[in-house]
Amino acid sequence: MTATHVLDFPLPDVGEGLTEAEIVTWRVAVGDLVEINQPIVDIETAKAVVELPCPFSGRVSALLVAEGQVVPVGTPILSVEVSSPAEPLPHSESREAVLVGYGVAHGTTRRRRLTSRAAPRPSAPAPVVAGRPIAKPPVRLLARQLGIDLALVAPTGPHGDITRDDVQRAVTPLVEARPVRGERIPVRGVRRAMAEAMVRSMSTAPHVTEWLDVDVTGTVRLVDQMRDHAAFAGMKPTPLTVVAAAMIHAAKRTPIVNSSWIDLPDGSSEIEVYSHMNLGVAVASDRGLVVPNVRDAGSLSVSGLARALGELTQRARRGDLTPADSVEGTITVTNVGVFGVDGGTPILVPGEAVILATGRIVDRPWVSDGGLCVRPVMQLSLSFDHRIVDGAAGSTFLADVAAFLEAPPITLA
Amino acid sequence: MAETAIQLLTPEGTRVEHPDYPLEVSAEQLRTMYRDIAITRRMDVESTALQRTGELSLWCPTLGQEGVQVGAGHAMRPGDYGFTTYRESGIFHVRGVEADELLQLYRGNTHSSWDPQRVGLGLFTIVIGSHALHAVGYAMGIQRDGTDDAVLACFGDGATSTGDVHEAMVFAAAFSSPVVFLVQNNQWAISVPVERQSRVPIAQRALAYGMPGIRIDGNDVLAGLAVTRTLLDRAREGGGPALIEAITYRMGPHTTSDDPTRYRDESDYAHWDELDPLERLRRHLLLIGEADEVFFAAVEAECEELGEKVRGSIRGMPDPDPMLMFDAVYAEPHRDVEADRAQMGAYFTRLQESA
Ligand SMILES: Cc1ncc(C[n+]2csc(CCOP(=O)(O)OP(=O)(O)O)c2C)c(N)n1
Ligand SMILES: [Mg+2]
Repeated sequence: MTATHVLDFPLPDVGEGLTEAEIVTWRVAVGDLVEINQPIVDIETAKAVVELPCPFSGRVSALLVAEGQVVPVGTPILSVEVSSPAEPLPHSESREAVLVGYGVAHGTTRRRRLTSRAAPRPSAPAPVVAGRPIAKPPVRLLARQLGIDLALVAPTGPHGDITRDDVQRAVTPLVEARPVRGERIPVRGVRRAMAEAMVRSMSTAPHVTEWLDVDVTGTVRLVDQMRDHAAFAGMKPTPLTVVAAAMIHAAKRTPIVNSSWIDLPDGSSEIEVYSHMNLGVAVASDRGLVVPNVRDAGSLSVSGLARALGELTQRARRGDLTPADSVEGTITVTNVGVFGVDGGTPILVPGEAVILATGRIVDRPWVSDGGLCVRPVMQLSLSFDHRIVDGAAGSTFLADVAAFLEAPPITLA
Repeated sequence: MAETAIQLLTPEGTRVEHPDYPLEVSAEQLRTMYRDIAITRRMDVESTALQRTGELSLWCPTLGQEGVQVGAGHAMRPGDYGFTTYRESGIFHVRGVEADELLQLYRGNTHSSWDPQRVGLGLFTIVIGSHALHAVGYAMGIQRDGTDDAVLACFGDGATSTGDVHEAMVFAAAFSSPVVFLVQNNQWAISVPVERQSRVPIAQRALAYGMPGIRIDGNDVLAGLAVTRTLLDRAREGGGPALIEAITYRMGPHTTSDDPTRYRDESDYAHWDELDPLERLRRHLLLIGEADEVFFAAVEAECEELGEKVRGSIRGMPDPDPMLMFDAVYAEPHRDVEADRAQMGAYFTRLQESA
């Protein structure tokens, strides 16, 4: 009998830093004679299906792993009885590779003992970095699609960046772990834009709100006249038309209300007082609040205003507004009267200096010339950015609007 | 510019003359080149097997591209210098780097297993395209030395999309440096087909830099030899740089980590099989009666023997002393490297104590 040895073939790392593989198909059976480099088995790794050649020649004495099994790199998979003392295989430890094109998959790498000092991924989330959160564009897209605010996501990436997993984790507790207590309305599109605008506005502009009740007898009368007037044929003039004209008029005396606070890249700031007025009108659509604006409203006649406002509200109702309708507004009016209320503390459209809310028109007891009478009364609520507009300017503007509405200086020919 | 690739040897093994690239080649040279391609191929197979049995970290198969590599290797003069990629074992073999020497790098034992000065081949930069700049820098150095050496810069089709290659070409043309850019267009940059890299034949780009761009049949060892030699000589005589686009095909995976069935059709292979560089040279040698089955069998036996030798020497190779990695970072001692060396040394000591 000749002396024989049995040599085991440990599963090699056939990729760059793979940890395990599945034995797919054995091409040899126990008892078969095998040659060096003869294909013996197909294995499947995370990267590919590959054929393994036999490192020895001899007779197969055992297949140590069954087909379909997944085993770690280094596991003996095959025993071969060899007759000549072959060059023993050096102890096969998982080795890290030169990278030519494919990176080592993180988390699946079993590193060599000596390289295990590589800095571990922080298990506790790194502190949220101030300023714009760092995330790659596809991660930003994912966050947008999932409705996740990146500013609220704890980054764990190597550079303090937010990873795809971080975003997923931010969703999971919200959506998965919370018990269902009612309908869930996704915050997307117009609704999301509104929410973001409101948060941005409230967190940047110090708001001040002032109120004033106005006897709008003159306005109501003027609107009636307009409705019968040829110049307004086919239009539906409303008190809003007169309010718009009043704002244009009042802003001429207090131009600072039609302006914007601008932070410059060098850290300084400036106020830009506009020479034109794009008058925004807050409109409740079924998708949420939108604020389209009438371009260059300051240059329009009253009938021009009536037409423009009519068109805008009609398109808003039909859902025909485009995002372009809502950009570059400079001042805004919102008619909360349609909801049957008198006033409130309106929130500024981000970047604008004032917003005027008009309440319902309702008959109230009113003192005029020392006597009590009943008049149609409307409340005005004006919010302004106190960085730009001080109490004096805001009050002057509000009083001027009120005076205009009480006795509109408009005569219809 | 020639749209069709220059061919001096047809796939059937017949010689074709080209007016611009006359080639005198002896039967002895033809047999040498046959042997070079055969050995390169055999080493390629062995290297893949060694990787598959856990002896190498990685291998980048050359299969299919040996024609232009061996041709270009023979076109270089001993004093010429090559800057290559990781897929260039044909050139390495011709320049005298044996497989077991080259493979130490792929085993992860060293960053450079051959002596660049001895064989005139620079170290790989795994960063695609960056060595094109090194090549041009070297060529500009030759100009300053006033010698008549030339540089061969080898890279792939994918590398031509990098900024480094662009800059290299701009400088080479501007300084009329003695460098030939040899693009092995093997149709793929990992899984990205060449159509995605260029709207025009890559050779056509050369014109915009102000140098000739020549397409050759990359599976034709004679075209590789003649065109590379002519252009290297032109460059060394002050004619300036040139670009060769060698049309070939990567018959194997990108690396041993790659699975090409994920992105390309196996039916592509048949076409390129017909154009095989080894087979066509074999046909030619038979046609002109300068080799017989005895010769081919001898080459095959030699290949087998070499395969065994390489296998044995790689398997028996001990792991290197890890502290070696600090030795050749800079030519002279460097404070940071010394600090790293001390830290690593202390770590090993602790490790041994705790073992
Ligand atoms: C700068 C850079 N980008 C990407 C990679 C990853 N990578 C490694 S090989 C490769 C493809 C190279 O293709 P090509 O130049 O055609 O050479 P081939 O591999 O086909 O020989 C890529 C993208 C890299 N190593 N370096
Ligand atoms: Mg390529």
